[in-house]
Amino acid sequence: MSDRIEIAIDGRVCTVAAGTSVAAALLDAGQPAFRASVQGEPRGPLCGMGICFECRVTINGVPHRRACMVTCEHGMSIATGAAPA
Amino acid sequence: MTDRREVGLAVVGAGPAGLAAATAAAEAGAAVVVVDQASHAGGQIWRHRDRNALPEAARARLARFEASGAEHLSGAAVVDAAPGRLSVVTDRGPLLIDAHAIVLATGARELFLPFPGWTLPNVLGVGGLQALIKSGLNVAGKRVVIAGSGPLLLPVAATAAGHGAEVVAVCEQAPLARVAAFAAGLWRAPAKLADAARYRRAARGARFRTGWWIARAEGSAAVERVTLTDGRREWRVPCDLVAAAAGLVPNVELGAALGCRIADGALAVDRDQRTSVPAVFAAGECTGVGGEDLAILEGEMAGLAAIGRPVGALHAARDRAGAMVALIARAFAPRAELLRRADADTVVCRCEDVRMGQLDPAWGARQAKLATRAGMGACQGRVCGAALERMVGWPAGTVRPPLSPARVSDLAALSGNGG
Ligand SMILES: Cc1cc2nc3c(=O)[nH]c(=O)nc-3n(C[C@H](O)[C@H](O)[C@H](O)COP(=O)(O)OP(=O)(O)OC[C@H]3O[C@@H](n4cnc5c(N)ncnc54)[C@H](O)[C@@H]3O)c2cc1C
Ligand code: FES
Repeated sequence: MSDRIEIAIDGRVCTVAAGTSVAAALLDAGQPAFRASVQGEPRGPLCGMGICFECRVTINGVPHRRACMVTCEHGMSIATGAAPA
Repeated sequence: MTDRREVGLAVVGAGPAGLAAATAAAEAGAAVVVVDQASHAGGQIWRHRDRNALPEAARARLARFEASGAEHLSGAAVVDAAPGRLSVVTDRGPLLIDAHAIVLATGARELFLPFPGWTLPNVLGVGGLQALIKSGLNVAGKRVVIAGSGPLLLPVAATAAGHGAEVVAVCEQAPLARVAAFAAGLWRAPAKLADAARYRRAARGARFRTGWWIARAEGSAAVERVTLTDGRREWRVPCDLVAAAAGLVPNVELGAALGCRIADGALAVDRDQRTSVPAVFAAGECTGVGGEDLAILEGEMAGLAAIGRPVGALHAARDRAGAMVALIARAFAPRAELLRRADADTVVCRCEDVRMGQLDPAWGARQAKLATRAGMGACQGRVCGAALERMVGWPAGTVRPPLSPARVSDLAALSGNGG
């Protein structure tokens, strides 16, 4: 479990422990807002178990992935919907 | 192309209940497949990125499952079901599973009751915080407030404290008398009492208060403080993370799609874990919230009964453990004040940003959907439905298949093979 892997969050490269979920990685990287709600409010994970859909981000170009359900992989590129355009 | 599989028993959910069902049936010689949308086996309690961090008993259960010959399909969501058939969507494409019998072990989710500020980033569920810590969230040095209801508060406080968080407050909304009655009811489960004492010690330093709850949370980009109250006094607490949930609600959606009878918000089962639909069994927290030990017993019974083995020998143990369901429900029912926290401006449906002030209590859930789209977003009302049922008395509508979002091409492939 000491393996570290590299991911990119909104273009910024971060190192995380292998096995970390994308949601945990984003929160650790100081990115509590994952997406903007339909009225533009910042939102982040709530349930941590795939129910609420508040943690949706774009992973390797695929939109609407639930960050709490996906494990980080080396070279993964994650785009939040809360980043400055 | 849709893959097809035929098995003796298909189990939905790889938590304690589903794993026990699959292990029992596979050890008895049945061809078993377990389907779970999560990337790892273990369900809400045993899923951990580092298995060595799990208690010995849990590791033994997982090892026994792996040795049983049952097959585990991870990352596979069951999006629809009919008796004898599951429609599954995986990363590798759609899959139809034909099974002589089905065990539903879909677990429970948290009950989130809206309060001002609950949509701020870093306001999580209680089990939600637990799940994120298990999947690698670093809470060291973070100021954490844990508030809500139920037996999950203290273990999660202990986990957070064990990972270096500063747990500033743990607030149980139930009054002390009910919490004490719950503890007294545990006399038949001394291990649980020992657990509780251990959690209290592990979360030492945190102030545990009964009869207190969150009135509101505030912050700009993320939560910065919460105001706790006992209805008379207020206590403002600066914090980095808030974990708030009012207990658990059974996941009955798949059972409902199969036509199973639902009673008191849970899948109704008979003494052998049979649902009202032939060859469909259910076990664990989708049949009522009673914790890990009960889930394991029910799972074992469901797995054996589903392949036609006798289960009478397990009735007594299950009935004893089953007393927990009523104990939990009685002790941790949300107080009226908890249901009245949302003000006109509080978002109730997070998917569609519908605010409390937009809803007319005279409506029902269906009318609210038509008028405001409340409950029509990505979560299909799983969050707001359970809350509004309690807040304004609207029976939560059933979720229609597909039970989780799936690509149109996958759904077309699944229905094309429907005959
Ligand atoms: C977020 C959360 C965290 C919790 N943490 C703890 C804890 O730390 N300690 C504790 O004592 N109790 C915890 N609990 C309580 C816990 O639910 C029970 O003690 C126990 O895990 C129940 O076992 P189960 O097998 O009934 O359900 P679960 O363990 O919930 O397992 C259900 C499984 O079914 C899967 N599933 C559901 N629907 C589908 C579908 N349509 N398709 C595919 N898969 C599906 C889910 O992914 C899940 O893995 C937690 C509950 C929640 C909601
Ligand atoms: S946090 Fe709720 S779905 Fe990911």
